[in-house]
Amino acid sequence: MTTTADIHEPKFMAGDEFSIPTFRLLTQDGTLHEGAEAPELDRDKARHIYHAMVATRVLDERMMAAQRQGRLSFYMQCTGEEAAVVGATAALDDADMIMAQYREQGALVYRGFTFDEFMNQLFGNELDYGKGRQMPIHYGSRKLHYMTISSPLGTQIPQATGYAYGQKLAGDGLCTTVFFGEGAASEGDFHAALNMAAVHKVPVIFFCRNNGYAISTPSIEQFAADGVAPRAFGYRMHVIRVDGNDVLAVYQATQQARRLAVEQNQPVLIEAMTYRLAAHSSSDDPSGYRSKKEEEAWREKDPILRLQRWLIARDWWSDDEEKALQESLRREVLETMKRAEKRPPPPLDSMITDVYADVTPALQRQLDALKSHIRQYPEAYPKGARSLDPDVTRRDDNADKGES
Amino acid sequence: MPTLNMLQAINQALDIAMAEDEKVLCFGEDVGGFGGVFRATSHLQERYGKARCFNTPLVEQGIIGFANGLAAQGSVPVAEIQFADYIFPAFDQIVNETAKFRYRSGDLFNVGGLTIRAPYGGGISGGLYHSQSPEAYFAHTPGLKVVIPRNPYEAKGLLLASIRDPDPVIFFEPKRLYRASTGEVPEEDYQLPIGEAEITREGTDVTLLGWGAQMEVIDKAVELAEKDGISCEVIDLRTLLPWDEDTVAESVLKTGRLVVTHEAPQTGGFAGEVAAAIQERCFLYLESPIMRVTGLDTPFPLTLEKEYMPDHLKIHEAIRASVNY
Repeated sequence: MTTTADIHEPKFMAGDEFSIPTFRLLTQDGTLHEGAEAPELDRDKARHIYHAMVATRVLDERMMAAQRQGRLSFYMQCTGEEAAVVGATAALDDADMIMAQYREQGALVYRGFTFDEFMNQLFGNELDYGKGRQMPIHYGSRKLHYMTISSPLGTQIPQATGYAYGQKLAGDGLCTTVFFGEGAASEGDFHAALNMAAVHKVPVIFFCRNNGYAISTPSIEQFAADGVAPRAFGYRMHVIRVDGNDVLAVYQATQQARRLAVEQNQPVLIEAMTYRLAAHSSSDDPSGYRSKKEEEAWREKDPILRLQRWLIARDWWSDDEEKALQESLRREVLETMKRAEKRPPPPLDSMITDVYADVTPALQRQLDALKSHIRQYPEAYPKGARSLDPDVTRRDDNADKGES
Repeated sequence: MPTLNMLQAINQALDIAMAEDEKVLCFGEDVGGFGGVFRATSHLQERYGKARCFNTPLVEQGIIGFANGLAAQGSVPVAEIQFADYIFPAFDQIVNETAKFRYRSGDLFNVGGLTIRAPYGGGISGGLYHSQSPEAYFAHTPGLKVVIPRNPYEAKGLLLASIRDPDPVIFFEPKRLYRASTGEVPEEDYQLPIGEAEITREGTDVTLLGWGAQMEVIDKAVELAEKDGISCEVIDLRTLLPWDEDTVAESVLKTGRLVVTHEAPQTGGFAGEVAAAIQERCFLYLESPIMRVTGLDTPFPLTLEKEYMPDHLKIHEAIRASVNY
């Protein structure tokens, strides 16, 4: 559909016509902005949100420390973006699909992914749902409706459009929320996804965490436009920009976006303005591209502290509870980490399963050859040999019983 | 002669190319002020300015499409794709555009100035998406050249040759060796030939063929084999497309045996192409079947990476099997 108005002089539009305000409810001292009203949020839900944000922070801090100690090969923190991720998740139906990029562990925490489940993935052990195949932080949970993470950037965005289109056809009143960063929004997949969602009227929420950086590249070098939000106009899509460190604003914006999506089949773009307080990953050192001063300024806008102040002012939280929570979370992280570290790696057979629904004869031959090779050099492949041992033992037992 | 690691050698090659020709540009994700996530482009922005060395938005298809346009215009773009695993959004631009630019226009236009650099390969606990060796996809595309260095000296000489080559080159860098591989590298400008394999060790019983990071692994296997009394000839293919059949065939005519190894999965891997061509040329001289030591036909794993890799022990076993066939 195009407009039909005519002009008879060349008059260019520069895009400055679009000025997008930022939706904010909560100030940093935990009070509401003038004229702002808190969303409907009961005590239990508010505490659940807070708990998930704190648990995410504690998990991230401890696991980054574990990475630095060499216990973990890799890690990525959500630090600074907990309000954006947890606030959005809290506004969804727990059965709504979430397709995350890789920095959204807060969504899983909110939905009840246990520290044991996190640790099994992080250590790639035999209990990892992904069978030790992917790098740390590539979580997935079918029961929590959280699609397994894929490292390539932006690929999940058009997939979310497709998934949500299927949800619409299924008619179960659910939608999909897809998270991505402002860097990933430069990928071609982003544009394909938004256009298709608008054309096909798909119940999908595009949630952009504009955290200022794509590894070292500041958002100012990522796009010339006023952030990601104005692109929605190009697709004729609803859009809102929200203070990503304001969990109440994120919650309310996402709640209303969900209504548009589910009740009217209107896709929505949400741009949450936030800041990646930590490094991109354990492989990155931000001192090479940004100042401590800049980081400090954002540390003062800590989303967790902001919510905590609001809760305390309402008498929904106390310093004693804070202390107890911090201690119990820290203890739980350490306990679950120790458990996960001790668990054996996935068995050798898992190398060839799930490539296809059924193992092909060629793959079986390759695995058999690998097994005989490992039997020859067990000390060179401790993980693989470990899962062969039971076989060897069993055969010996059988021999003892004269059964082989 | 100074000792450099592979990143320093690559950085030096880029520096020389940019200093020599103001048409040479380096760009990609995080390539500008930061100097790339591996620091291969360190200090180039300082030296040559933001117009010639810069960050791009995060869009691989855009990076290569942009590079194709620049090259068609007469510039000499050296575009970085941060990991070879992330080259696929640019597959269309590379396979349908880069590779066919000259041919489809009857050489009215070409993108011969283009070089695409991308770190590839496993052994760094990178799992599915930071470990792949996608060379065979590109070696299946006439119009491209595919070059892979094995050490710092080779990296500098081959990269300079790639940048100056009249055809577009994909230059895959073995990232496991970026800092691990060190060696003497002349400070001055020099080039190594594209399309020529190099015999890195002479022998008589069996020929070992590989490229990039596998060369180091082959050397370890050969040490073991020599203890068994097996004399190995080792060839670094260096360029996969167009590849140097003559050097490999001449070696196999002498030894009668060939073992080819790469990290990429076996099926459709470049070893298959080598095996087919060499059996055509050397059939009556072969003492044993040409053997392949490769990754499994699965995505690249993480926890069981060591088991997946075509390591020196697997190559050693293949050498023995070849000789004792």
